[in-house]
Amino acid sequence: MTTVHLGMPLVRAPRGVGMLREQEPFPAAARRALADPQLRANIRRATGTIRDKRQRMVDEVPDWEQLRDAGSALKAATMARLPELLVQLEEQVTARGGTVHWARDAHEANRIVTSLVQATGADEVVKVKSMATVEIGLNQALEAAGIAAWETDLAELIVQLGRDRPSHILVPAIHRNRAEIREIFRREMPGLGTEVPADLSDVPAELAALSRRHLRAKFLSARVAVSGANFAVAETGTLAVVESEGNGRMCLTLPQTLITVMGIEKLVPTWRDLEVFLQLLPRSSTGERMNPYTSTWTGVTPGDGPQELHLVLLDNGRSATLADEVGRSALHCIRCSACLNVCPVYERTGGHAYGSVYPGPIGAVLSPQLTGVQDNASLPYASSLCGACFDACPVKIDIPRLLVELRAQHVEARAEEHPVPSAEAVAMAAAAWTMARSKRWVRAQRASRIGRLLARRSGRLPALPFPLARWTSSRELPVPPEETFRDWWARERG
Amino acid sequence: MRIALLVTCLVDTLYPDVGRATVTLLERLGHEVVFPDRQTCCGQMHVNSGYQRDALPLVRHHVEVFEPYDVVVAPSGSCVGSVRHQHAMVARRAGDDRLAARAEAVAGRIYELSELLVDVLGVEDVGAAYPHRVTYHPTCHSLRLLRVGDKLLRLLRHVRGLDLVELPEADQCCGFGGTFALKNADTSTAMLADKMRHVLSTGAEACTAGDSSCLMHIGGGLARLRSGTRTVHLAEILAATEQPA
Amino acid sequence: MSAREQVLARVRSALGADPEVPSVPRDYRPAGDHLPGAAELVELLEDRLRDYRAGVRRASREAVPQAVAAALAEHGSPSVVVPPGLPADWVPGAVVDDPPLDVQALDRTGAVVTACAVAIAETGTLVLDGSPDQGRRAVTLVPDLHVCVVPVGQIVGTVPEALARLDPLRPLTFVSGPSATSDIELERVEGVHGPRRLEVVVVED
Repeated sequence: MTTVHLGMPLVRAPRGVGMLREQEPFPAAARRALADPQLRANIRRATGTIRDKRQRMVDEVPDWEQLRDAGSALKAATMARLPELLVQLEEQVTARGGTVHWARDAHEANRIVTSLVQATGADEVVKVKSMATVEIGLNQALEAAGIAAWETDLAELIVQLGRDRPSHILVPAIHRNRAEIREIFRREMPGLGTEVPADLSDVPAELAALSRRHLRAKFLSARVAVSGANFAVAETGTLAVVESEGNGRMCLTLPQTLITVMGIEKLVPTWRDLEVFLQLLPRSSTGERMNPYTSTWTGVTPGDGPQELHLVLLDNGRSATLADEVGRSALHCIRCSACLNVCPVYERTGGHAYGSVYPGPIGAVLSPQLTGVQDNASLPYASSLCGACFDACPVKIDIPRLLVELRAQHVEARAEEHPVPSAEAVAMAAAAWTMARSKRWVRAQRASRIGRLLARRSGRLPALPFPLARWTSSRELPVPPEETFRDWWARERG
Repeated sequence: MRIALLVTCLVDTLYPDVGRATVTLLERLGHEVVFPDRQTCCGQMHVNSGYQRDALPLVRHHVEVFEPYDVVVAPSGSCVGSVRHQHAMVARRAGDDRLAARAEAVAGRIYELSELLVDVLGVEDVGAAYPHRVTYHPTCHSLRLLRVGDKLLRLLRHVRGLDLVELPEADQCCGFGGTFALKNADTSTAMLADKMRHVLSTGAEACTAGDSSCLMHIGGGLARLRSGTRTVHLAEILAATEQPA
Repeated sequence: MSAREQVLARVRSALGADPEVPSVPRDYRPAGDHLPGAAELVELLEDRLRDYRAGVRRASREAVPQAVAAALAEHGSPSVVVPPGLPADWVPGAVVDDPPLDVQALDRTGAVVTACAVAIAETGTLVLDGSPDQGRRAVTLVPDLHVCVVPVGQIVGTVPEALARLDPLRPLTFVSGPSATSDIELERVEGVHGPRRLEVVVVED
């Protein structure tokens, strides 16, 4: 059973803000995505590329499984000690010249960041790619306060310029191919003051060079930056950002003020613990031995980098997730996206079908817990339970186990809320009642042989009514045999 | 050795040949097979669909039926996976720790067919002959839940006359996933289409696997295409003593 | 209740009275097979750096100025800035970042030459820690070419060995090749916002 906690009620991420909830049930969103051959080709190609690279990089590490075990245990130990570690982090960051803020939810985090930016007098910020800030809808909140938020990560820039939604944890624009990206740049950049050459090709290096030109002046003039954090070290107050393009370094180094928004689960206890995660993350994520740039900073360094530092610690449904003894391991996620890249469902539907900033297998177990499972009711079912995600996860989150648990919670919550059981619940209860006794089961088996009468003429069953029609739309049903196994056994051996 | 057969509800009802082949094979290897006829279903569909409370009586029933036996075999990776990885969980979640302990003990004595043959009985050449071109789909639960590795392949490689052709992207899910195939029919079908494309690309007469449920899915798709390619359970190949035509 | 009190109370309540803290197995490799500076590590570092499309050359201690000059010449001898603590004879004629240049001046500067704190052979990583011979972070970020001088004694095999040598209280930058992105079709291309070119001079004793 899910542990029921006496004391504090579980508070989920609020509705109406940010990007955590499905807009429509997964099957409906997936159907549209499946009908888009360009999207499917883009995602298939990209995930195929990254899958092979990741495998090569993982196979090269002799102690990969030992690192996974350490990473998994470190995360579990961190969760168990979270209150003391958060307090320690706060002490360390404060002692080294930073200011720590606590946000119960997305609204509060947005208010804190907005007022911090306003206090500097700036009307724009540069942003390092951050899932947490997309989760809380920070850009929209800043915009509402008249503050422009410029995404500087190439993929986030593509999403922002395309007025699009991110669809992948690592590469938010994975659903776009080079030709589409060129079109977005051509259409949007001139209006923002960046000249786009008439003969712009769709070669990735050329597109990356254009993004450099587009953002260079912003980096050199920005007074405020907003970032997320990959890790925070409780022992020292150190924050870390893992990136590739150098846009992160630009944001973390050049502005006067740096505001970091971080989920409370991103802690590690000690500096030494990063030796595990800095090995697991790059190989799992981009399939590289090491990502081009990792920056760590501990408070303010006089004469080097931002002189005003803020850290916003975000709950937004995380403490509620932590209350579930099975589900809490979703908080161990280090956002590498390996589970997305190996997922046969994600590969075919893409990330938008999941509705949340966290798509794919990890999204299917994290989003419903942050929001409460009733607000993302279709996500736990968006998996065939094939287990590829569990094998790929660098911190060994047993995603299939979590999916099964969340399905149970969803079914049980529905049963409590609705006096009339669903058709499915009735069918399941009937099946369970039948199978709990062998006599009933044998009777049911005999009844099922009615199917043979239907099939007699053609040797195939006709198309069937809903819900079995969902099966027969693309597959034949097996025709029940003359004799069950148990009848044969009774006849031959009985 | 005295081996109890968990035939699985699917094989019992729809694929009795797979159960018969399992019996034939084990008897040919000199073992005694018993069929506890009170068995019904392991409850996997209920658990994986969120109906863990409904699955509880099925778990209890399974434990009661199979407790007396030292060795149990099932021709299904996913049912063995359910018994091994879910039964105690279902009991514990319902607050029945005693049942959980019993379920764990029973689960410790159940083997998927290839596990039984290779690990327990120590045999890879079962004396089978099956002169056909076959491709092998490793099912997700045998591969990633039971970790059977290449046991099924090793068994197949000893089959006389068998022309085993490698399946491209073999370890990709076929898209069945139990009720997933109904709840997410479109995605399931897209996954199945790719699996069938790979099966047909091998030019095999038949696709084999250790799970009737996945074969029902793949076979249902192949039949719809009128492709002429069959599905055949591993047990049926290992039981066969077909002479080349 | 303040937000701080409330978040902490929620977390404590979620964990229950006495949460079990698992022990952390650390049977991964604490170090590689070679001592820092071993010839095998130099080979490995060079291989990894080339894989990232960085340039690598080796030089004796006396020949560092020539090696640096060659690296700069290869990229058209751009204007150079150096941190105040870099040996003065390494880059004759370079602008010293003391007093600190403003970002516009840095942006007009073509190259930067620094030392480093530690290098990781297995991952092809150089770590800068803001010491006087490495300078403040902006100096190694804004110019388009970074030439980094690495004495072999600073080359360790693995990530754990490197972290043990580093002081987390300093601002650290781990550099593995030139800036890159995989954001377009997950194909890696080198050269985005950070230095688009990295040249490494390995100094042999």
